[in-house]
Amino acid sequence: MNRKFSESRPIFQQIKEYIEDGIIEGRFAEGEKIPSTNEFAEFFQINPATAAKGVNLLVEEGILFKRRGLGMFVTEGAKKKLKDKRKEIFAREYVQKMLEEAERLNISVEELKGIIEEKREVMKK
Amino acid sequence: MNKVIDVENLTFKYGDFPALQNVSFSLEGEKIYGLLGRNGAGKTSLLSLVAGFREPNSGSVKIEGEKPFENPEIMQKVIFLQDKYPDADSRVDEILQAAESFKPNWDKDYARTLIKRFELPRKKTMEKLSKGMQSALRVVLGLASRAPVTIFDETHLGMDAPSRYVFYEELLKEYMEHPRTFILSTHLIGEIASYLEEVVIIDKGQLVLQEEKESLLQKAFELTGPQKRLDQFIEGMNVLREKQLGGIKSVLVFDELSEGLQRKATDEGLETGEADLQDLFVYLTGKGDAEYEVE
Repeated sequence: MNRKFSESRPIFQQIKEYIEDGIIEGRFAEGEKIPSTNEFAEFFQINPATAAKGVNLLVEEGILFKRRGLGMFVTEGAKKKLKDKRKEIFAREYVQKMLEEAERLNISVEELKGIIEEKREVMKK
Repeated sequence: MNKVIDVENLTFKYGDFPALQNVSFSLEGEKIYGLLGRNGAGKTSLLSLVAGFREPNSGSVKIEGEKPFENPEIMQKVIFLQDKYPDADSRVDEILQAAESFKPNWDKDYARTLIKRFELPRKKTMEKLSKGMQSALRVVLGLASRAPVTIFDETHLGMDAPSRYVFYEELLKEYMEHPRTFILSTHLIGEIASYLEEVVIIDKGQLVLQEEKESLLQKAFELTGPQKRLDQFIEGMNVLREKQLGGIKSVLVFDELSEGLQRKATDEGLETGEADLQDLFVYLTGKGDAEYEVE
């Protein structure tokens, strides 16, 4: 999702985020296997080494773990860990962008709150 | 163990013109490599030497530890697809038959599948094919021969967009199902960039760099933002290119974007992005006035 903030993010980073999104949304459940590096490579039409780089970053972060000969699996507790991390990014990137744009348009914080409330009502319907 | 391709102090001349000077690098193999260079940089000379079509003036080329020139055993392991095709009056099916008899790993069924995907007319002669179809035939020969070393010299350039995508898709599939060494040479990198694992860049007959694509891309980044803030931010950095429009500036920086630096840029309201391989290539093989250093 935060991909739209910079037009060109490294592909391996996008693979990493794709998997993270999958874990947060529950498509890749904890304890379960994720697609193989070759499957990612084929789907995104990229070199498998690039896909492996994204996957390996998540192994280093303890989000995925490797079962020899079986593939990559989602670690228990990965979902919460990712959500916490994303919240931090949310504050740093999304909110920052929003405030910058608000400043450009002279929208006060009070007004902004109003807009958020209004938008939320619409989304509920 | 021997590297799949070992090039040492390679020098090659056309008459007095030095096409390659003291080029050394080695390729581990079982990867998709990009050989990148401007027109006339020496790509085709280098590949002809690797494929054993020519003999070096000095230095050496080795494939799996052996010299390829006039070496029939090595010739079976290497296939080199280039623009020139000797048998202009041979028919497509004759060319395929010849390949079948020369290349021990030839997969006839796969060749048939590819011929269908590219809609190649079997009965036409090479010279009657459009440029794009000639290129497509080279792709069929390269992929279906399953040679341990497969070299495509600018092959994608003559093809139209739908055929190019068939080529890339099949190349990737083949590489994953039957891992082997592929070398794609080109000066137009755009579409093929995402398929490469490692790049070798040459310029004016000399090696500029050899590096994993991802780590090369990590050594540079794009930065965009309000000119004043950006100028302060990039002070002391190695800037390869700058663009400007209405107070917004965009630069290509040849320095590593650490996590700390990335965060600092975001906090300053500057946007960072990945460097584009084509862009980087252009500036690394510029007009010869570049002052950056490549480790």
